[in-house]
Amino acid sequence: MNRFDYVRPTRVADAVAAGADGGAMFLGAGTNLLDLMKCGVAAPDRLVDLTHLPGLDRIERLANGDVRIGALVRNSTLAFDSDFAADFPAVAEALLSGASPQLRNAATVAGNLLQRTRCSYFWDTASACNRRDPGSGCDALGGENRLHAVLGWSDKCIATHPSDFCVALAALDTIVEIEGVEGQREVALVDLHRLPGETPWQETVLAPGDMIVAVRLPAASRAFAAHARYIKLRERTSYAFAVVSAAAALDIVDGRIREGRLALGGVAAKPWRVGAADALLRGATPDRTTFERVADAALADARPSGDNGFKIDLARRIAVRALLRAAAGTPARLPALPASPFAALAGEIDHG
Amino acid sequence: MTFSIALTINRTRHTIELDDPRVTLLDLLRERLHLTGTKKGCDRGQCGACTVIVDGRRINSCLALAISHDGAAVTTIEGVADGDTLHPVQRAFIAHDGFQCGFCTPGQIMSAIGLIDEAQAGDDPERIRENMSGNLCRCGAYRGITEAVCTAQREMIAAGVEKAA
Repeated sequence: MNRFDYVRPTRVADAVAAGADGGAMFLGAGTNLLDLMKCGVAAPDRLVDLTHLPGLDRIERLANGDVRIGALVRNSTLAFDSDFAADFPAVAEALLSGASPQLRNAATVAGNLLQRTRCSYFWDTASACNRRDPGSGCDALGGENRLHAVLGWSDKCIATHPSDFCVALAALDTIVEIEGVEGQREVALVDLHRLPGETPWQETVLAPGDMIVAVRLPAASRAFAAHARYIKLRERTSYAFAVVSAAAALDIVDGRIREGRLALGGVAAKPWRVGAADALLRGATPDRTTFERVADAALADARPSGDNGFKIDLARRIAVRALLRAAAGTPARLPALPASPFAALAGEIDHG
Repeated sequence: MTFSIALTINRTRHTIELDDPRVTLLDLLRERLHLTGTKKGCDRGQCGACTVIVDGRRINSCLALAISHDGAAVTTIEGVADGDTLHPVQRAFIAHDGFQCGFCTPGQIMSAIGLIDEAQAGDDPERIRENMSGNLCRCGAYRGITEAVCTAQREMIAAGVEKAA
């Protein structure tokens, strides 16, 4: 780990100013950043410790019904908040399917949004990686890439975003509140992360000094509470990143879908939403035929970036399964293995 | 530049001078305070051997900067027994053979204490296994570990109920 200066601001404005300098990075819990620093992938000149800032650890219901989650709320605090989990069950399920209890107890909301890819070439400083080292190339292309992106990738980078939380947030039209050098602004969560294009090292729309202070779930997204699920396919039962995942949320009235949302994870450098897929849910009957059409639309642009063509069909099936589970209804209590695809429900194909 | 931080470790308050902000909580416990019960396994948050309880929550001390935890209360494996009387989780690990080589055991026990305090798993072995998934055991003593956590939790709940009554 490189040497760095350490500063601990007590006001957001001071944090923004301290973070705007070239080599500065913000420190939340550090569950991702310290790991990156130990591997030499991140080497900040200055760490701006945000964890002592007041007022950023609250979960608030605003007057207009929106729910605002402070940047420093811990992942487990949010998932275990019974009012929050009742309103946004797919978000709680996504959170509890991520990492381990110890990591969820430390990891923050904003840190989860800004976690870096798990691409092994990004983590290995001996490998070429345009995301880590602009212009160096991409060893994942033609390398071990079975878990890499099938949507939105470029010939400069085929990495995926590893978050589960972001997938559920993306499905529910979440807003990100940012405090920056030039004041406050908001971006939709689906617009926070960039696709790699020609500049994969530009991972988000945040500028130096921009600090996420909160995420906000709109009141309207509570309409999905009765029919919202997250499913995550992993290479082991628990404590693993998604091969593919899906968040599905339906507002079903009199046997028809009034509005529906689908977001995919593990497939691109950002959580994947397709407006055309959601449009197919509107007014449709909540059945397998509808859901297969929706999943096809969500993956219409998918193409393998290497030995990962299997992920396209897998993502399609996981999307259908998430929609079927959402249609069956949010369970009164999350299953023992949150987001596991293996707990079969009525109407699902039993893979035995 | 030197930083002075205050930590309460196993109910004892320490003021610690840090001449380098890079020190993790794990290295501080082991190298500075010689509390070597907390183990360094992967040092990357993947194995759980370094699990300690900070301000009431189990975390990986390898991925925590000591300087950032200024003011925190830390409990390590050295702080869970009451003199010669073992913690109920320690007793249950012995009773159920919840270990073989013992390297992961301090982390397993701290994690189990955190799990029981979180009260999310109930008496369901499947939920307990899932909620212990952040602690790897390369000897594969998982069966005994799960039984130990179940037993300790039942015992602690029963003792708590008795106290309340």
